[in-house]
Amino acid sequence: MRHMHSRWGSQISFLSLALVLVALPFVMQNDFHFDIATQIAIIAATVVGLNLLVGFAGQVSLGHAAFFAIGAYSSAILTSRYGFTPLPAMLAGAVGVAVLALILGKPILRLKGHYLSMATLGLGIIIAIIINNEGWLTGGPDGIPVPPLSVFGMELSIFEQYEIAGYTLSGTLLWYILAAGLLLVAVWIAQNLIDSPIGRALRAVHGSEVAARVVGVDTTRYKALVFVISAVYASVMGSFFAHYSGFITPQIASFQHSIELITMVVLGGMASTYGVILGAALLLLLPQLLTDFQDYEMMMFGLILMLTMIFMPKGLLPTFQQILRRALRRSPKTDP
Amino acid sequence: MHGIFRLSMVWLVLVLGLWVPAQAAEPIKIGAFVSATGPAAFLGDPELKTLEMYVARINAAGGVLGRPLQLIHYDDGGNASEARNYASRLIRADRVDFIIGGSTTGTTMAAVPMIEQARIPFISMAGAIVITEPVKPWVFKTPQSDRMAAQRILADMQSRGITRVGLLSGTDGFGSSGRAQTLEVAGDFGIEIVADLTYGPQDTDMTAQLTRIRNTAGVEALLNFGFGQGPAIVTRNYAHLGMTLPFYQSHGVASDRFLELAGAAAEGIRLPASPLLVPDDLAEDDPQRPVVQAYKEAFEAQWNMRVSTFGGYAYDALMLAVKAIETAGTTEPGAVRDALEGIRGHVGVTGIYSFSPTDHMGLAVESFRILEVRDGRWVLID
Repeated sequence: MRHMHSRWGSQISFLSLALVLVALPFVMQNDFHFDIATQIAIIAATVVGLNLLVGFAGQVSLGHAAFFAIGAYSSAILTSRYGFTPLPAMLAGAVGVAVLALILGKPILRLKGHYLSMATLGLGIIIAIIINNEGWLTGGPDGIPVPPLSVFGMELSIFEQYEIAGYTLSGTLLWYILAAGLLLVAVWIAQNLIDSPIGRALRAVHGSEVAARVVGVDTTRYKALVFVISAVYASVMGSFFAHYSGFITPQIASFQHSIELITMVVLGGMASTYGVILGAALLLLLPQLLTDFQDYEMMMFGLILMLTMIFMPKGLLPTFQQILRRALRRSPKTDP
Repeated sequence: MHGIFRLSMVWLVLVLGLWVPAQAAEPIKIGAFVSATGPAAFLGDPELKTLEMYVARINAAGGVLGRPLQLIHYDDGGNASEARNYASRLIRADRVDFIIGGSTTGTTMAAVPMIEQARIPFISMAGAIVITEPVKPWVFKTPQSDRMAAQRILADMQSRGITRVGLLSGTDGFGSSGRAQTLEVAGDFGIEIVADLTYGPQDTDMTAQLTRIRNTAGVEALLNFGFGQGPAIVTRNYAHLGMTLPFYQSHGVASDRFLELAGAAAEGIRLPASPLLVPDDLAEDDPQRPVVQAYKEAFEAQWNMRVSTFGGYAYDALMLAVKAIETAGTTEPGAVRDALEGIRGHVGVTGIYSFSPTDHMGLAVESFRILEVRDGRWVLID
């Protein structure tokens, strides 16, 4: 795996992702495909952030949906009830989440073991209850509408057409471009973080916390830092998701949603930034692909997850890469 | 290794499946998204069964405008985000002519922004008043609103001379919306809410809340706005405490399942409900009598299960859609929407619908019948 982290390798991977994102619009046949692709990009960016925590710092957050939901609800509430424009609202949500994550993470991450999982589990449930019960503010269990995203007074709605430099572009396409751009930025930041001294320190923490401390790594500080970063990722993407879907319900804060996010990481391949994007894509596509098996949807879903875990315990992308490498190594021998 | 290869082939086939283009067809496409599984399955399951059954029947009788109906349906599992995605799929991939759906208020409202912007006529089967108030041009619904349920209950209390009421409600969507509406309209009936308590949807004992209400000075009746198992537990606790206050439940428990769960403790409870629960008690000259009886008979014969109020919402939605398309003489969305808004005096299972530009729910408060539980069965009071 070491070579994966070389500068050269990560630049090639980044370019491939960019190419795939650019190529997709030419393959997609209707607006529904764009719709799903846009959501996949937004959720994938969230999961790339979560993967920093799970895959690199070795800490599990069982309440990431709460951070996602705080971002989403901050955008919804501040724009619709307090006259904020979307960007300041998004920023306010992200700052709030950062402070919350810091307050929660700082004391808990001094401890070794899975205390962060328990703390985030508790936080997630508390946030879900607050959103459900404070109906005067959050709209309660029935949800709350969110105004479309607007920047400097220009609204971006998926049903509008826009004139840009002589070209007419649909709002659907623009949203896809925005989401794809967000994903690229999210990956770029994550990759730089992983390749920086912080990333090395984190991998040391993941490998052996004691050894890391011995060589002088301030483990608590780094773990808290990456926890805050991954929470802010979730918050910002939650805000975009809210503006995109136009209506949110407390379900996005639910424990189940947290588990879905973790599943994407594990399914795609822990510690593999591109793997978790694949994980997010598959988990979001499956319900749409399995509609023909409506009665057996949950069974098929479980079966696919089980088979993946049994045959590909490292996750999808790392396993495929391994197969590919082995195949490449074997082929020259059969050649002569 | 071989297993992995085979697995990746399965993936490939699954992924390709999504991109197969839908074939051009002549049928009128009715799209539906319902919560056929998950926590709201008791709503979505009878709704889907009803839609499937009546689409088949309409097609056997020659279809609509000489074209067959094609039902395209998805199961959102009660999840609002999925409901929104299925609405998107119905509109943008399946290109349906009409949408029926949203078993719950959350799933309906999540799909509404998309449907409004895509301009497709839509009938929801969920209760809360926010769906049709304020009126949204393309959104209609078949069940009465929770405000009307509150009004019907309060009117019945008023006629019995009750003025001070203890209110209990669940903190789920149904209960909290019902509570808000009750508090808002109680004054119109000269009724004062003297106690206002809530319980969580997963709670297993409401004795504490009931005791508080019983000990409130001057309380004359108890009203519980709730859904699912909560109201049945409240009813049993009420009986254990030996309470004798007149007890009202909401339309959320208007099903035979509630009678099974609550047992003898339900005796004497009053609630507003669809006439579907008392088909044989309806007067001979009641215009709804033949419709209600025919639906009940057909549903029970086909599915071998008791008919439910919620299936009735789906029946009404489908029949209204068919009537609108027939009146418009086309599937052009604007014409169908206008025809739907113009429907007056349509006799359905739930009530008699008269839509207008200011009313997209179309039912009068009187469409709720007041029932009472006597000897373990529903009896029509009013």
